[in-house]
Amino acid sequence: MKSMLIGLLDWTDARFPLSKLWNEHLAKYYAPKNFNFWYFFGSLALLMLVLQIATGIWLTMFYKPSAAEAFASVEYIMREVPMGWLIRYMHSTGASFFFLVVYLHMFRGLMYGSYKNPRELLWVFGMIIYLLMMMEGFFGYLLPWGQMSYWGAQVIISLFGALPFGLGEPLTLWIRGDYVVADATLNRFFALHVAAVPLALLALVAAHVMALHEVGSNNPDGIEIKKNKDANGIPQDGIPFHPYYTVKDIWGVAVCLILFAAVLFFAPTFFGYFIEQPNFVPANPLKTPEHIAPVWYFTPYYAILRAIPDKLTGVIAMFASVLVFFILPWLDRNPIKSIRYRGPLFKFLLGTFVVTFIVLGYLGTQAPTAGGSELGFRLGELYFSFFLIMWLYSKQRTHSFNYTVLGIVAVLFLFFDAIRYDPEKTSLMIVSSILVIGYYVVFVLGSMYTKLNEPKVVPERVT
Amino acid sequence: MKMNRTIAAIAFVLVPLVSQGAGGGVPPLHAKTDFTNQKSLQNGARVFVNYCMGCHSMAFMRYSRMADDIGLEHDLVKENLMFNTDKIGDSMTIAMRADDASGWFGVAPPDLSVIARARGVDWLYTYLLTFYADSNPARPFGVNNLMFPDVGMPHVLWPLQGVQSYVKAERPAGVIAQHIEKIDPYDKGVRLHTAITVKDGDATHTTHVTDSLEVTIPGSMQPGEFRKSVRDLVNFLDYAGEPAKLVRFEMGYWVIIFLAVFALLARALYKDYWRDVH
Repeated sequence: MKSMLIGLLDWTDARFPLSKLWNEHLAKYYAPKNFNFWYFFGSLALLMLVLQIATGIWLTMFYKPSAAEAFASVEYIMREVPMGWLIRYMHSTGASFFFLVVYLHMFRGLMYGSYKNPRELLWVFGMIIYLLMMMEGFFGYLLPWGQMSYWGAQVIISLFGALPFGLGEPLTLWIRGDYVVADATLNRFFALHVAAVPLALLALVAAHVMALHEVGSNNPDGIEIKKNKDANGIPQDGIPFHPYYTVKDIWGVAVCLILFAAVLFFAPTFFGYFIEQPNFVPANPLKTPEHIAPVWYFTPYYAILRAIPDKLTGVIAMFASVLVFFILPWLDRNPIKSIRYRGPLFKFLLGTFVVTFIVLGYLGTQAPTAGGSELGFRLGELYFSFFLIMWLYSKQRTHSFNYTVLGIVAVLFLFFDAIRYDPEKTSLMIVSSILVIGYYVVFVLGSMYTKLNEPKVVPERVT
Repeated sequence: MKMNRTIAAIAFVLVPLVSQGAGGGVPPLHAKTDFTNQKSLQNGARVFVNYCMGCHSMAFMRYSRMADDIGLEHDLVKENLMFNTDKIGDSMTIAMRADDASGWFGVAPPDLSVIARARGVDWLYTYLLTFYADSNPARPFGVNNLMFPDVGMPHVLWPLQGVQSYVKAERPAGVIAQHIEKIDPYDKGVRLHTAITVKDGDATHTTHVTDSLEVTIPGSMQPGEFRKSVRDLVNFLDYAGEPAKLVRFEMGYWVIIFLAVFALLARALYKDYWRDVH
């Protein structure tokens, strides 16, 4: 029996690089031995992708992509298809978990400098995956054809209407295929959601993994393990991905699935954050809901959009806030990769960015208020400032350089305040500016006049 | 004064206002429904079919599914709860046409299959308890509602509840604003704890009064009995919004127990493989 299997393997290997692929990507792919908690999220993202594709295929068997039938067909899945509710909740919860896992995966990259040389392209592929996921989420959210599906799509598509030179209107018309979001829109979003974007996603995920295995994994110390190889050319701090990380990741998968099941079975709408309440009212083109909010994973960017009074500028800022991640490898040129060996100021900077992102996300879920918009605007400024400071921290800067940057930022931000000035909000604007002033005092003056931004010594080998 | 405004501005920036639920901004009562209580679901189904289904359909629900889920015999349902059809497998539709209905009520009564998911049980419970007499000639049915002001729906449960009057407590002169902060049920109806802002020379101050919706024309039920019936009805709507609710909790426990055992084994395997990594 055993010799037969080996014979089959030899037969296959002569015709297809099965053993070669297995070894290159698993059994003889050497990963650093010091991966921590944060390194679970890559494999978990893959798990979520597979889960979404599998449940999506089953949903497609019962779902009807037409304005007249879509809402009822989702309820049909929820009620009459055996275990249909389970598949549907797996898909809707899975979408949120996919984003959660990917956000944590990206945060890992920020902490340990995983986007830096030689992993720039790996990061860029990852960012394209993130963009595709956002498109996938957006297209998919229209399909249940509830009020929030409908009006969310209406709002986001109308953003393209802000384009100048008369391009806006024809473009929105071309996207919708009708003068309002309608049956034609639903049908094409369905096609994009189940075929076009998933295909692109799979291709990009393959490219992401191939790029990773070409350059090798980073690790929490940010030290290249390939610099310390033994006599056989094997990294001394590396261990074969299989079986070491496969068994470790199975444990990670089990814990992730427990959390997933807890949400899936006990709070599948997650208090209105994963499936919004108004989405249980069928889409009605004549009745706008009193408060339109996108799903949570879009809300930080939505808050930035809403905080800016001018529509076109808001749209540009929103897209810029997503796209700025693409150029991060070229903004942050600091030679030290890992947060472990950078000064306390950098840790505080990254922490502040996380808080900024979360508070923006919260604001994006709430109905707009004067205070909320003002806070959103200031946090938007801090959001982009994070990338500026990352660039500023790339190397030792002279005092005159730092002051020049501060001067330019001050002029720019004062200019923003001047053009959006509203006499009724004077005190609000002055108070909220403390946030921005404090930010720059801490991160620019702090790095000039204290030792808080001084790096630590990076060890030779991983710890 | 200036200082106060600055402080107010800080508070405004730091504490974004929490959005209010649909309609009126009145904080709803807690419905305290329990979908594991079959008696309550059965009574809710009875009230629904007798009082709601004249105008509202529940098109995504079948009589047979309902009967099986809430523990009723098919024959019993056929005799007592089915007025539009004699096929137990039919869905719970109505004979009223939507365009007729929108002519009569201004808006077609919505299908109630997933209303509990859209509105939430607390909102529905409070809505059904807070109809009150309104003599304004613009109100075609002579009633209004606290949760859904100027709603098109008549007070169809009045034979049970009777008619409530909005009894207003005496107010000081110069009231410029008021809102209901909290409501709670009592033996004659519902109490409305209302904050009022009074203009007092140049300054304003806030004080509280307690209004009520008081049953003045009694129905066949006492207010307490009526609240229980409404709770049963809302419980039924909650079940109907997601029939899977009856099974998913129990299934969830088993899945998580399985996964927990799997996780322990996976961890043991991982630790065993990693013994030689230092």
